[in-house]
Amino acid sequence: MRRRYPRRAIVAVAILVLIAFAAFGWKIFYAGPLAFAGGSTVALPDYRAANPTGVPAELAGADVVKRGEYLARAADCVVCHTAPGGKPSAGGLAIPLPIGTLYSTNITPDKETGIGNYSDQDFLNAVQHGIRRDGARLYPAMPFTSYGYVTDADALAIKAYLFSLPPVHADNRADTLVFPFNQRWSMIAWSLLFDASSRFAPNPAESSEWNRGAYLAEALAHCGECHTPRNFAFALDNRRKFTGAVAAGWHAFNITSDKGSGIGGWSDDDLIAYLSNGYAPGHGTAAGPMGEAVDQSFSHMSASDIHALVAYLRSIPAIASANLSATLAPLAPASPKDGGGTADPIGKSVFEGACASCHGWTGVSAITPFATIAGTRAVNDRSATNVAQIVISGTTRSTPHGVVSMPGFGRAYSDNEIAAVANYVTGRFGSEQSKVTPRDVAELRNQTSR
Amino acid sequence: MAKLKINGEDQNLEAPDDMPLLWVLRDVLGMTGTKFGCGIAQCGACTVHIDGNPVRSCLLPVGAVGNRAVTTIEGVGATAAGAKVQRAWLDLEVIQCGYCQSGQIMSASALLATNPNPDDADIDAAMSGNICRCGTYVRIREAIKRAAAEA
Amino acid sequence: MHAPENLPLDRSRRGVLKAGLAGGFLLFFHLPARAVNEPEQPPDNPAGQFAPNAFIRIDRSGKTTLVMPQVEMGQGVYTSIPMILAEELDADFAQVAVVHAPPNEKLYANPFFGVQVTGNSNSVRALWKPLRQAGAAVRAMLVQAAAKQWQVDPASCSASNGKVIHAASARTIGYGDLIDAAGNLPVPQDPPLKDPKDFTLIGRPLKRLDTPAKTDGKAVYGIDAMLPGMKFATLAQSPVFGGKVRHVDDGAARAIPGVRQIIVLDDLVAVVGDHMWAAKQGLDALVVTWDDGKYANLSSRDIWEDLRTASRKEGVVAKSVGDVAKGLSQGDRVEGDYELPFLAHATMEPMNCAVHVTPGACEVWIGTQVLARVQQTVAKVAGLPIDKVTVHNHLLGGGFGRRLEPDMAASAVRIAQQVDGPVKVVWTREEDIRHDIYRPVYRDVISASLSNGKIVGWKYRVTGSAVIARWLPPAFQKGIDIDAIDSAVDIPYDIPNLHVEYVRAEPPAVPTGFWRGVGPNNNVFAIECFMDELARKAKMDPIAFRLGMLGKNPRLKAALELVAEKSDWGKPLPARVGRGVCVQPSFASFIATVVEAEVDERGEVRMRRVTSAVDTGIAVNPDTIVAQLQGGLIFGLTAALYGEITIEKGRVQQSNFNDYRMLRMDEVPRIDVHLIQSGEDPGGIGETGANAGPPALRNAIYAATGVALRRLPIDRAALAVANKA
Ligand code: FES
Ligand code: FES
Repeated sequence: MRRRYPRRAIVAVAILVLIAFAAFGWKIFYAGPLAFAGGSTVALPDYRAANPTGVPAELAGADVVKRGEYLARAADCVVCHTAPGGKPSAGGLAIPLPIGTLYSTNITPDKETGIGNYSDQDFLNAVQHGIRRDGARLYPAMPFTSYGYVTDADALAIKAYLFSLPPVHADNRADTLVFPFNQRWSMIAWSLLFDASSRFAPNPAESSEWNRGAYLAEALAHCGECHTPRNFAFALDNRRKFTGAVAAGWHAFNITSDKGSGIGGWSDDDLIAYLSNGYAPGHGTAAGPMGEAVDQSFSHMSASDIHALVAYLRSIPAIASANLSATLAPLAPASPKDGGGTADPIGKSVFEGACASCHGWTGVSAITPFATIAGTRAVNDRSATNVAQIVISGTTRSTPHGVVSMPGFGRAYSDNEIAAVANYVTGRFGSEQSKVTPRDVAELRNQTSR
Repeated sequence: MAKLKINGEDQNLEAPDDMPLLWVLRDVLGMTGTKFGCGIAQCGACTVHIDGNPVRSCLLPVGAVGNRAVTTIEGVGATAAGAKVQRAWLDLEVIQCGYCQSGQIMSASALLATNPNPDDADIDAAMSGNICRCGTYVRIREAIKRAAAEA
Repeated sequence: MHAPENLPLDRSRRGVLKAGLAGGFLLFFHLPARAVNEPEQPPDNPAGQFAPNAFIRIDRSGKTTLVMPQVEMGQGVYTSIPMILAEELDADFAQVAVVHAPPNEKLYANPFFGVQVTGNSNSVRALWKPLRQAGAAVRAMLVQAAAKQWQVDPASCSASNGKVIHAASARTIGYGDLIDAAGNLPVPQDPPLKDPKDFTLIGRPLKRLDTPAKTDGKAVYGIDAMLPGMKFATLAQSPVFGGKVRHVDDGAARAIPGVRQIIVLDDLVAVVGDHMWAAKQGLDALVVTWDDGKYANLSSRDIWEDLRTASRKEGVVAKSVGDVAKGLSQGDRVEGDYELPFLAHATMEPMNCAVHVTPGACEVWIGTQVLARVQQTVAKVAGLPIDKVTVHNHLLGGGFGRRLEPDMAASAVRIAQQVDGPVKVVWTREEDIRHDIYRPVYRDVISASLSNGKIVGWKYRVTGSAVIARWLPPAFQKGIDIDAIDSAVDIPYDIPNLHVEYVRAEPPAVPTGFWRGVGPNNNVFAIECFMDELARKAKMDPIAFRLGMLGKNPRLKAALELVAEKSDWGKPLPARVGRGVCVQPSFASFIATVVEAEVDERGEVRMRRVTSAVDTGIAVNPDTIVAQLQGGLIFGLTAALYGEITIEKGRVQQSNFNDYRMLRMDEVPRIDVHLIQSGEDPGGIGETGANAGPPALRNAIYAATGVALRRLPIDRAALAVANKA
């Protein structure tokens, strides 16, 4: 906590300054998520090639609820709108921010506590513009800047699907933001600055597959919300598009085409496997929010859509992340006595007691490939954010091979121990040893959504 | 229909591929020497050898075993290291309730098979994944050294 | 079907045994174990045998069978109890077999409790006299029978190794040939017992009899019970204490291959399958809506507040000596309050019970510390007369007090009533930890006054739940829980003015029970931690301070002096390394322990060495005593460092070994136990280490850092140099 105040203050001042400068048309400087592609775009109706929006061909004939379900999954609504152990879509997930905690809302068709009274227009306002039925502004934790690209037809299909779900009576929890951020009106100015507020416009210079991929990635899957760094006003900084950021206490890595720190070195098959199963041999297993995105969203997409996403990702300009090493470490030796690690005995002690039996001393699991950590970006990240975070929180994945999970150790192991084991793991299995401190671990504990 | 080679014998059995080896051994084959303690690779009670390496059978899908050799506590006495370990365990009266000891013996014999003269650090690295609620650790360490000393 | 077998050892077993015991005492002993699906042993059936009492059976071949009233859970009673019987019987120990006693409170009640129970570290203590008498009486009968046959004076005969001997005429006759003659003789009332100096078995470090089968997977625990046609089940009880099932959607579960049946009771759901895996997957796939009930918002915070409030009330006076008000008014006053958390038992073998309900009868396979109580519970739940309930006991994969409760049998029977054919219900570890019967939270408040290096006044108040009141109501008299105040009323120090009170405070909803070390855990911790704070106040060495007040306790004094020497007490140590001591008179054993520990700059604690000196009277099997103390110390130290069950929203937050943590091999230091020879009757040992570890470690940390921790588990953050107040 103590360390947060200065950060809050800075953000607060920054916001107010911004509002003042709004008049000077800051907006023209703001790069949209598709700006990188250059060329000119056309309005959807004028686009001649295959329609990049809607559902894949397989589902074209399906009824609106079915189509809505596909699109809702692609937009990954349920993950954020469901609390751990709570009813699906009934809201209540806590999203801790430096400025306080937001709670996701009930999007079941319950009339009192859900969205049962939303008209089509109410729904479009909320999803595409972040304007609640009562006129209040939503915070950009709800990715309406991305959803702003969703077509009305698709958004309303999603509504039809949501309204087909059983209503759940679940009161929404009050957010706990500090002043001035608890002033929802301030978001009007924010939207003015950062909300594109225009539906997806295809780029005729690119293939129709690319356009489909762009629609999926930018409008529905909102990849940038985690993978693109934010500026000081919490808006996506698309000049550093997809170069990675820390979101909800997890490091969403660089997914630009950079060979070293991005995914430029991954084969198409690797990317397809990772998106559709959350696991690619040699690259490891998706965990945390990406694990959920795969389980809830990508793994349900059609093969054609996964290919489209890959085609689109391939076009993202390569930007190297200075904080990620370009090379991955080789396999660690079989003997605990050889190879890297740390001088600190605590890291090794925690590893040999709680980790080695599953992850092995080489980093290759004798139990399941999902537990192989050798060669993964997480252990080759000098911040060790995801190593520490998964030790704290664990992760559960439902894969085609059944449920695989790692238990969380946060409750029983001290910040010292978690920092020490994270440093030991990056030291032994990574290209560069991390220097995680107990204080970092304490911070990470506070950042995860719960 | 899976086929497993357990303690040198071929076994044919009906089990879904994703079923952990532990339950195949205990509930399908009735080989109850291998114990269930946690189900999350934290206690080591379920340790078996797969081609001589110690593996936690509570999470190992039977489908992943393939034609590799499975050795359990019922068969480990037939291995040189296993027999030594069993003797040392009795000589030094390691065992209390005994529930964790199948796993302890499997981990220890795998260690000795690859490292005939383990020092304390080797023993810590190989044995810290095995929990003993009765607290027999002190004697386990002595017994491993005794077994190693045995020619 | 799965009571212990008495089949002779097969060759290979003999091989292992011979080799295993090479150099040791070679025993061809029939083990309480069997390979799965072997034929079951015939139940204890005296017919055709000489069965003079409940414990001893001798057949014509001379084979002697001893019926074990106590259960084996690692404490070694399957060796020490036969040693006591065989000692006075002069049986040939190599020809002795043991069998679990059947449930029968008339024959096998624990003399300390009047019920058939193994607990309170009293197996050897409670049965020492009765078993010696049983053995001696039978020996006398056999000698008399032989003398009659030979027409000589019984006094001129002796017995050894299963034979009666008439030295004068060099005649011998085996027990087996005497059973008919002896059978007609009256059982002598109090036969002469051996002089301990004549013991041939007792006091020798005999090899454990239950252990060979525990090295090769042949030992059979309750969880290993296998019956023809058996199904496997696992269960989920309401995550919130006292909650009920509201609705279950079992669509997905039914679709799982191997799932046979889904059972919904008011407070739990269970899935029955062809194997545990199917059952477990089925359970995960169930969508259960619970009605959380009135404890939905219960939290540890509230429970602690209630306990602290209760601890400010006057309690029931358990002991009062001298004039405590006067005592406290003299010298310098020192105050302290000490708190212990809820703990789970986490026996290595998770809770389980196999049941076969048939029309008009019920058969149960389990490992329990309370055989007869399980039988009664099952009879009640199944609505059957007691004699229609058969209970087969097994080896226990740890008891620690958890298996002093029959709740798992009750749940298993309720499930089995819905299943046709035998079903084995196995708790997942998560379920085992979240639905334990927990070691209660305790708060002990002490005020004392010191004048010239001695305690002159001592006021002590224990606040906590009364486990005895629930578990053994007749023993709960005048509002005092004799367990909760154990080791506080019999504090070993000479204190002229002493006052001990007990306040009963039951936590809402959370069930509480016995946990290895029981009542003395809280009192030994509070007293011994406080003693160190007093010593510091008196500017005295903690051991010297204690020795000054142990005048009336020579056995404890001797143990303390020995441990001081063996632990190098007083030898200089590096910075942030300290030694801490604990003395305790609990369970009629006199133990002094020193822990040497290091606290790093971050507050992480590492133990370097543990040393104990113990006078537990006559050591029946000395090696077992050392082992029990080593294990008990680790059990207690585990709790001191990591043990705490916390409750949030009415739910236990811990679930498995990832968040309910155990000491591991690489955290455990060298542990030396020094036995003090003594001719006194045997004391208890199984739980003593659990008492000794925590205060000794806490005092070592106090010495190393100057931080006086007053609650467990140890708050490592408070020990970091940065946070030091
Ligand atoms: S049961 Fe497999 S490690 Fe615990
Ligand atoms: S001997 Fe009982 S758990 Fe290890």
